[in-house]
Amino acid sequence: MKSYVSPDYIVERDQDRCIRCKVCTNQCSYDTHCYDEEDDCLYSKNENCVNCQRCATFCPTQAITIRENPNHYRSNANWNQEILTGIKKQAETGGVVLTAMGCDKPNLTYWDRLLLNASQVTNPSIDPLREPMELRTYIGSKPDKLELDFSSGDAVLKTKLAPQLMLETPIMFSAMSYGSISLNVHKSLARAASEYGTYYNTGEGGLEKSLYKYGEHVIVQVASGRFGVHPDYLDAGAAIEIKIGQGAKPGIGGHLPGEKVSSEISETRMIPIGTDALSPAPQHDIYSIEDLRQLIYALKEATDYTKPVFVKIAAVHNAAAIASGIVRAGADAVVLDGIRGGTGAAPRITRDNVGIPIEMALASVDQRLRDEGIRNKASVIAAGGIKSSADVIKAIALGADACYVATAALVSLGCTVCQKCYTGKCPWGIATTDLWLTKRINPDIGAKRLVGLLRGWSLEIMEMMGGMGINAIESVRGNRLLLRGVGLTNTELKILGVRMVGE
Amino acid sequence: MKHLTKVNNPYSDEKVVDACSIFGMMNLKGKRFSAKDPIRAMANMHDRGNGLGGGFAAYGIYPEYKDDYALHIMFLDKDAKKKTSRQINESFNILNEEEMPTQEADVSDPPIMWRYFVQPKNLKLENQTADDFVMETVTQINTKTGKAFVFSSGKNMGVFKGVGFPEDVAKYFCLEEYEGYLWTGHGRFPTNTQGWWGGAHPFSMLDWTVVHNGEISSYGINKRYLEMFGYKCTMQTDTEVMAYAFDLLMRRQHLPIKIVSQILAPPLWSEISTMNPENELAIRALRQTYGSLLMNGPFTIIVAHEGEMIGLTDRIKLRPLTAAKKDDFLFLSSEEAAIRLVSPMLDRVWSPRGGVPVIGRLESLNAMEAKA
Repeated sequence: MKSYVSPDYIVERDQDRCIRCKVCTNQCSYDTHCYDEEDDCLYSKNENCVNCQRCATFCPTQAITIRENPNHYRSNANWNQEILTGIKKQAETGGVVLTAMGCDKPNLTYWDRLLLNASQVTNPSIDPLREPMELRTYIGSKPDKLELDFSSGDAVLKTKLAPQLMLETPIMFSAMSYGSISLNVHKSLARAASEYGTYYNTGEGGLEKSLYKYGEHVIVQVASGRFGVHPDYLDAGAAIEIKIGQGAKPGIGGHLPGEKVSSEISETRMIPIGTDALSPAPQHDIYSIEDLRQLIYALKEATDYTKPVFVKIAAVHNAAAIASGIVRAGADAVVLDGIRGGTGAAPRITRDNVGIPIEMALASVDQRLRDEGIRNKASVIAAGGIKSSADVIKAIALGADACYVATAALVSLGCTVCQKCYTGKCPWGIATTDLWLTKRINPDIGAKRLVGLLRGWSLEIMEMMGGMGINAIESVRGNRLLLRGVGLTNTELKILGVRMVGE
Repeated sequence: MKHLTKVNNPYSDEKVVDACSIFGMMNLKGKRFSAKDPIRAMANMHDRGNGLGGGFAAYGIYPEYKDDYALHIMFLDKDAKKKTSRQINESFNILNEEEMPTQEADVSDPPIMWRYFVQPKNLKLENQTADDFVMETVTQINTKTGKAFVFSSGKNMGVFKGVGFPEDVAKYFCLEEYEGYLWTGHGRFPTNTQGWWGGAHPFSMLDWTVVHNGEISSYGINKRYLEMFGYKCTMQTDTEVMAYAFDLLMRRQHLPIKIVSQILAPPLWSEISTMNPENELAIRALRQTYGSLLMNGPFTIIVAHEGEMIGLTDRIKLRPLTAAKKDDFLFLSSEEAAIRLVSPMLDRVWSPRGGVPVIGRLESLNAMEAKA
C-alpha cells in the first residue's frame, strides 16, 4: 500500500560544506543519510528522519540543517496535521499510534502561571554565596511528636523514627527501567546520585548486578510485571517503590518488545532471552486498597522494616482520596506522576488525554492529607514534567517534599525529546539496548553531566530561597504564600491554594 | 471601631507585617516592682514603633486572686458586653468583675474594657483540664461575635495593650499602680494595618505571652502545620503562630524550652553532624519531625509564662536582642540603651547568639525542680 504520510522533516545538506566524512551516516540509526560511492555524494531519506539532531550536532562542518516539512495540509484548528497524519497511519497499519516522552500539548502546564516571591525591606534576603543555605531533605514517615529523655542531661531520643532517606537536594532521578534505557545510562544515574547525595530509581526492569554497589542510592521498583524482583534486589535498595501507575499512561501496562530483551536484560529481568516483557495494567494481586496494604507490609517484612516503601500513582481525578488511602495503608511516601510525565512508549491518545496535571494533583493531595491530619505520616514526591529548578521549588511550595526528574536527566545526557524512544533506535544511545548505540554514553561523562544538572538546579533553588529570606528548604515546603497565580480562574486558584498576583 | 478580627488586616494581606521594639525585665527572686522602669525603657525606644500599637504583660500583679483566671476583655459596644457577660456567667463562677481602671492618655479610640476574676464552672468533660476549658471558652468568645475580645486570660498576670505608643498605653492603663516580678513590653510599627486594640502585642493565651519583633517568611507552612493540630490562625500575624507553636510544644507536648528553641531556630545540618552521636540522633529527629515549625526569617521574641521569661532570635540573628544581668534582675531588650537607661551599671551584658535562648526562671522554681 502506498503510504499517504509525508515526511515530518526535510534534511538539508550544504554540499559546499559537506566533506563526505560520513559521520552522519554512522551517527544516524534510522538510515536517513546514505552515501553514493559512484557520485561521491551524500543524500537523505527524509521519511526516516526523526529530528533528533544527532547528525547536525556531530557534523564537523555544520553542513546539515533539519527543517520541518513545509508541505502542511490546509490549516485547520480541528483537523490539524497531527490528527490527519495519525488517521492515515492508522488506516495503513490498523494499530495504535505510539509515542514516547511526556505529553507535548501546551495547555496543561500550571508551573508557568505560578510566580515566586522575594523579600523587600521588611525582611532581608539572604545571599547563598555568603550564608548557609540548606536543601537537605528527609523522605519518610514522621511522627506527630517526639518523646525525649532528659534524665542524663542531654536529650536522648525515645521515639523510634521510621526509616528515612537523606537527600542533599530535593531532586531524585525518576523510574526508567533497564531495557527501556541502556545500562550505561543506569550507570550514569547511579554514579551521579551517589556523588551528589540523592537517589536513582531502577524502574521496573530490575537492578543489573554491577549496580548493586550503588545500592545506598538506589530506589528499587516493584511493578506489575515483577521483573527482577527477588530478595537480594529488595535488600540492595535504600527504598522500595510500588508502582501502581505512571503519568504518561495511567491505567495501562507496559510492553518491552522481545528484540530489546538481550541476554543481560533477560538475566536482570529474570525472563527468557527474546521474549516480550509484558507489564499488566494493574498489579494482579492489588485489586483494592487492602491488597495494597498487604503488599506494602509484605515488602516491609521482607526487608525487616529497614527501608521506606513508596507507592507511585498516576495523577488522576480522585488522586486526593487515593493518596489518603495509600498513606493509611502504611506507605512512607506517595509519589504523584502528572499527565506530562514521560515514558519509553505509550499510545499517544492515552498520553495526551488521560490523567491530570501534577500541580493540581499535588495541591489537592497535600491539602487533603493535612485536612485529615496525616500529612506527617508520609512524604509526598511530585513527578511528571518537572523541567527546571523553578518547577522544583514551586512544587515544594505547593506541598511536595521532593521531586523526581527523568526527562531532564536524559536531556542532560543528550536526549532531544524527539519522542521516538519506542523504536529502540535512540541515536543518542539512551533509549536503546543496541550495543552499537549504547556505547555512545560514557558513564563517566554521563555522571558528570548529571551532577552538573543537580548542582546547577540546586544553586538556582538556593538563589530563589535566599531571595525570599529563607535558608532551609523545610520552610518552603507547603508554604503556598510564597506563590501567586497569574491567568488562573478562581477555581484553579482555590484548588492550588494560591492567591492571585497583586493580592 | 469596626469588626475586631477584620480590622486586624484591613486589606486582606496574606498576613500582618510589622517591626518593633521589645523589652523584658524580670526579678529572679520573684520580688515585685512597679512598671516605672519597663515604661521608661520602652519610651526610650519610641522611634522603633509608630504609635499604632503598644502593650505590656505583667506577672504577679494579682496576688489577691492568684488562683483565679483573670480575664481582660475589650468590647466594642454595650450590647456585646451584655451578650458576652451572659456567656461568662454560664461558663464561670465570677469572683469579681470591674471596669479596668484607666485614665486620660494619648491613645486612639479605646473600647470598653472590663476584667473578670473567674473559676471554670462544671467542666464539661472529665478529662478536660481547667486550662483547656478556659482556652476553649476564650477562643469561642473571640471568634463568635467579633465585638468582644479576651486579650488576657492567665492567673496572677495580665496583658495591657492598645493603639498608641507604649508609654501612652501604659499611662492609659495606670500601669505604674501595678507591681509584678516580670514585665515584658512591646512597641509596634505595623506596615499594613491601621492598628486595632486587639492586634497590639503582647499576644496571649492563658498565662503565656509573646512579644515579637520580626517577619516570619515560613509563616505559610507554620500556619498550615499548626492547623493540623486544631489551631485556628484567625489573626493573620506571625506572633499568633509563634504563640501557638509554644502552646503545642511546651504545654501540650511537654518539651522543655531548650528543645523548643532548637525546633524554632534549629542548628544547621553541618552543626548537627558534629554533635556527639546520641545528641545528633535526637536533634536530627527534631528537625525531621518538626521542620514545618522552623521559624525562618528575622525574629526576636520574648515569651513569658508563670515564673519564666525566654528570649530567642532566629538562627542567623536577623533581628536584635541584647541581654543583661544586674543583681537579681535579668533584662532582655531590642536595644542596650534601653537597659542602660533603667540600670546604668550592669554585672553582665551580652549579645545572645542566633537561635540560643536566654532563659530567666524564678529561683524558687529552680529549687523546686531540683528537688523533684
